[in-house]
Amino acid sequence: MSILEVNNICKSFGSTEVLRGISFSLEKGEVLAIIGSSGSGKTTLLRCLNFLETPDVGSITVNGETLINAADKSTLSESQIRRNRLHFGLVFQSFNLFPQYTVRQNVTLAPRLMLDEQVRAVKKESGRAQAQKFRAEREAEIYKHADELIERVGLTAKVDAYPCELSGGQQQRVAIARALAMTPDILCFDEPTSALDPELTGEVLAVIRGLKSSDSTMIVVTHEMEFARGVADRVIFMADGVIEEMGTPEEIFEHPKSPVLSAFLNKALDI
Amino acid sequence: MSFWEITFYLAQGFGVTLLLFVLTLLFALPLGLVFAFGAMTKFKPLRWLTRGFVYIIRGTPLLLQLMIVVYLPGLAFNYPLPKWGIFGGNTDAAYFFGALVGFVINYACYFSEIYRGGIENIPRGQYEAGQVLGMTRSQVFFKVILKQVFKNVLAPISNEVVTLVKDTALARSISVLEIFFCAEQVLSREMIIWPLFYTGAFYLIFNSLLTFLFGKMEKRMARYR
Repeated sequence: MSILEVNNICKSFGSTEVLRGISFSLEKGEVLAIIGSSGSGKTTLLRCLNFLETPDVGSITVNGETLINAADKSTLSESQIRRNRLHFGLVFQSFNLFPQYTVRQNVTLAPRLMLDEQVRAVKKESGRAQAQKFRAEREAEIYKHADELIERVGLTAKVDAYPCELSGGQQQRVAIARALAMTPDILCFDEPTSALDPELTGEVLAVIRGLKSSDSTMIVVTHEMEFARGVADRVIFMADGVIEEMGTPEEIFEHPKSPVLSAFLNKALDI
Repeated sequence: MSFWEITFYLAQGFGVTLLLFVLTLLFALPLGLVFAFGAMTKFKPLRWLTRGFVYIIRGTPLLLQLMIVVYLPGLAFNYPLPKWGIFGGNTDAAYFFGALVGFVINYACYFSEIYRGGIENIPRGQYEAGQVLGMTRSQVFFKVILKQVFKNVLAPISNEVVTLVKDTALARSISVLEIFFCAEQVLSREMIIWPLFYTGAFYLIFNSLLTFLFGKMEKRMARYR
């Protein structure tokens, strides 16, 4: 069974149709690269997957559970959406780290807030002493997990630094660790290197490459064609709100079928 | 009256000044946030009501507002100020309360505009980053946004706070015996004019202290962006 099934997603802003029936599926452990020129709807698609936009039409299914179905209003409630979000992680183009928190605090904030809610539930059920014990155990786990993630992105020396003290590449690596801290089923990257100086893209791409394993599923919107070719298991080429072409990196990059894709590749690889 | 007698008398008046200052901040700072939310809400009638109110308060003199608070209930509704007794030398508690209401509303309106600017300045990406990590709306606001707003507004707020220290002298117009009124009384009773200028030292010393404290806070928050 596919881990993700996207079915006929449509999204308009006013009279502009940004997505016009996007459907694809993804297997667990796969890396999907989405390429295409600006304005083709790549970012909007990613935002729909993370519930930052609500599709007008279509459904999203993860592990057989339908998370959102534009036709079924009960899947659109705020608390429902909040729970569904946890299936997805998102790394933004502009990092969006929380400037007032250190690296470690950035990575642990969301898990700690989640823990607060769980502790409240435990306290209600089995009393204060139990809740305190529960909190102490889980909090230690959260910090341990965070330190592991920070090590994995190579920033152990910077755990207590503030985002403004880091380079763009380092900030983006923290953002990756922060997204991983919530252990999402599918991690999405929205042009993770587009806001970086060219000499800093390498370190971020290396981290993403290092995340690839049999149980990490990733969707990467990118302009880095070499990266897409080297890391992705499948590539989607989007143009004008539809999936123009989909296939293995070899099919997309070596044997493009549609003229739009050929033109796009010629341009992208020329630069 | 000797120098020390006058100093003591003025200090007593400055106590009333400080009480008005502290209580105004205590209520106006949170109330300003409420007004800011009102001015930003998606519910249009409430939004325009709040914005209209803030517009009127910011566009008219505080002195006039104080008079309205104190005299309007008696004139318009035949409900004169109650007798609550005397404190701090010779200040009528009811008039002090009236002054407090006027100051709180006035300053809350100014604060609300500062907060609104501070909140609207936070990039949308900060909300989205919180949301995709599974935080609730209130968690995003209180754990992610508010501290950044606080940093954004600290300088303009400190400006208003320093102004408030001096504005308290307006309470004199509705018979609150704060330091400036005390000095005027010395002038009219004893025919000594220098205490009037002496009050400036009290304001200046207190504002220096505030400026120092705000400087410390700004420095502490300078670590991040």
